[in-house]
Amino acid sequence: MNANKRAITDWIFKQGFKTAGVVTIALLGGIFFMLLYNSISFFIKRSPLDFFTGSNWDPETNYSILPLIVSTAFVAIGSMVIAVPLGILTAAYISEFAPKKLQIILKPIIEMLAAIPSVAIGFLGIVLLGPVISVLFGIQNGLNALNGSILLSVMALPTIITISEDAINAVPKSHREASLALGANKWETLFKVTIPAAVPGLIAAVMLGLGRALGETMTVLMATGNAAAIPKNFLDSVRTITATIAIEMGEVPYQTTHYFALFAIASILFLITLVINLLGEYFANRLRKFHQ
Amino acid sequence: MKKKFSHLINWILLIGSTFLVCTFLGIILWDIFSKGAPALSWDFITQYPTNGMTKGGILPAMVGTVLLTFITTLFAVPFGVSCAVYLNEYAKPSLLTNIIRASIRNLAGIPSIIYGLFGLALFVQGLHFGTSVLSAGLTLGLLSLPYIITTTEEALKRIPNSMREATLALGATQFETIKDVILPKALPGILTGVILTLSRAAGETAPILFTGVAFYINGVTTSVNQEFMALPYHLYMLSTQHSAIETVRPLAYATAVVLIILVFMLNTVAFIIRFKYRTQD
Repeated sequence: MNANKRAITDWIFKQGFKTAGVVTIALLGGIFFMLLYNSISFFIKRSPLDFFTGSNWDPETNYSILPLIVSTAFVAIGSMVIAVPLGILTAAYISEFAPKKLQIILKPIIEMLAAIPSVAIGFLGIVLLGPVISVLFGIQNGLNALNGSILLSVMALPTIITISEDAINAVPKSHREASLALGANKWETLFKVTIPAAVPGLIAAVMLGLGRALGETMTVLMATGNAAAIPKNFLDSVRTITATIAIEMGEVPYQTTHYFALFAIASILFLITLVINLLGEYFANRLRKFHQ
Repeated sequence: MKKKFSHLINWILLIGSTFLVCTFLGIILWDIFSKGAPALSWDFITQYPTNGMTKGGILPAMVGTVLLTFITTLFAVPFGVSCAVYLNEYAKPSLLTNIIRASIRNLAGIPSIIYGLFGLALFVQGLHFGTSVLSAGLTLGLLSLPYIITTTEEALKRIPNSMREATLALGATQFETIKDVILPKALPGILTGVILTLSRAAGETAPILFTGVAFYINGVTTSVNQEFMALPYHLYMLSTQHSAIETVRPLAYATAVVLIILVFMLNTVAFIIRFKYRTQD
């Protein structure tokens, strides 16, 4: 091959690689445009006021996102109440106290938990957790917000544990040594020095776990009962934004109001997860700067 | 005395939490495997479903999932690896590079159901691929892209700069350096990331819901324009939508077993590659 030909090949591939990079921007732009375009089509037909303040989601009368948002918040917050303390304490144990041999066993366990498909977790919500809840609380149907919260916490745990562990590991050893040298015991060091120093990273962990819980579809679709009303407590059946899209999108005719309405709620979900992820990223960066 | 007591509480808190997390995995695996294994047999994975899905096997769902993952790979791997090569080997810090990186991070955070909507709008309706295994595979490919890019870039970062400099100093062009030195050296790392991403993709349900998955098809999917059955969707339908839900429960359990074994097998392969690769260095 002569030099000229090699230079041309080099140039062509460079442009090819660059194109792949630029296409990722186009992909995000495309998703954003699709959501925006279809949402505008919806808001031309229906008033945004009804969309945000109405109290029911019923294709016959009114498309109001409120019950769906409250439902989504119920299961997402419920899952965090379980997963955050559990995840951070587990991360603290793995990174600070567990013997090396145990660490080697625990890490694959967390990875296996992360690898289980969401549809299998949802399935267990129906066949295992649902009946348990219905017996424990004496209710007829165990498919409700509590069920969804517990399952989502299991799904968010690996994310929270892994990132919290990184955050705790990133705290410089000198912090711990200084604390111990001043006479603090290992618990005082953990709760008053190490964990507070890791807080930005822990917040990042919680945000990313929350992002995962908010965007999860199959688990909540299968385990929460899907009643589109504003829930009053955790034993009520709920229907999240994701589940609503999954249930209804397959059946609506192309480009009807109902079709556009589903894109409108998807846009709101997109915005919520975007904000949560940006917050997570912000705190992750703060941790990095703090330790540099 | 009081101090000792509080120490004990702390130990219980930490070890208890860790134990509980492990118990979650234990319960999941124990319940699914103990109830799914009896219904599992060679026939189950090699036969067609019969009697309105209440008997027979899951062959079409297996074929569908394999075909789907294959299309996802063909699309997402070259695309994702190219993008990572650009970011790590060519791109200098610039506004464009920053925007590309920000886009990738944001793409990774988008809920999978929104990828499903995008696949429906772009592939099914926009490009007229219809509801097909092609549309669904491409949709899953888009979903996998940010993970493949991130893991590939990490593998590329681990290659020492001296190797690039040595190759370039010998007169190779940058593309030749990448093709003949960097990529072969980074291959195990890239492969690990790709396999882990594919194991996630194979278990995904939400993105394929509107883009081509079907509860039942006649025979197996043989062309990319056809609809297909998939293991995760099969499990979803058997456990929520089937008319004889209690009758098909053993089949649902067995499907869950097959799905989890498939995902764990892929994870194990990735784990072995990673382990060998780490000990090599």
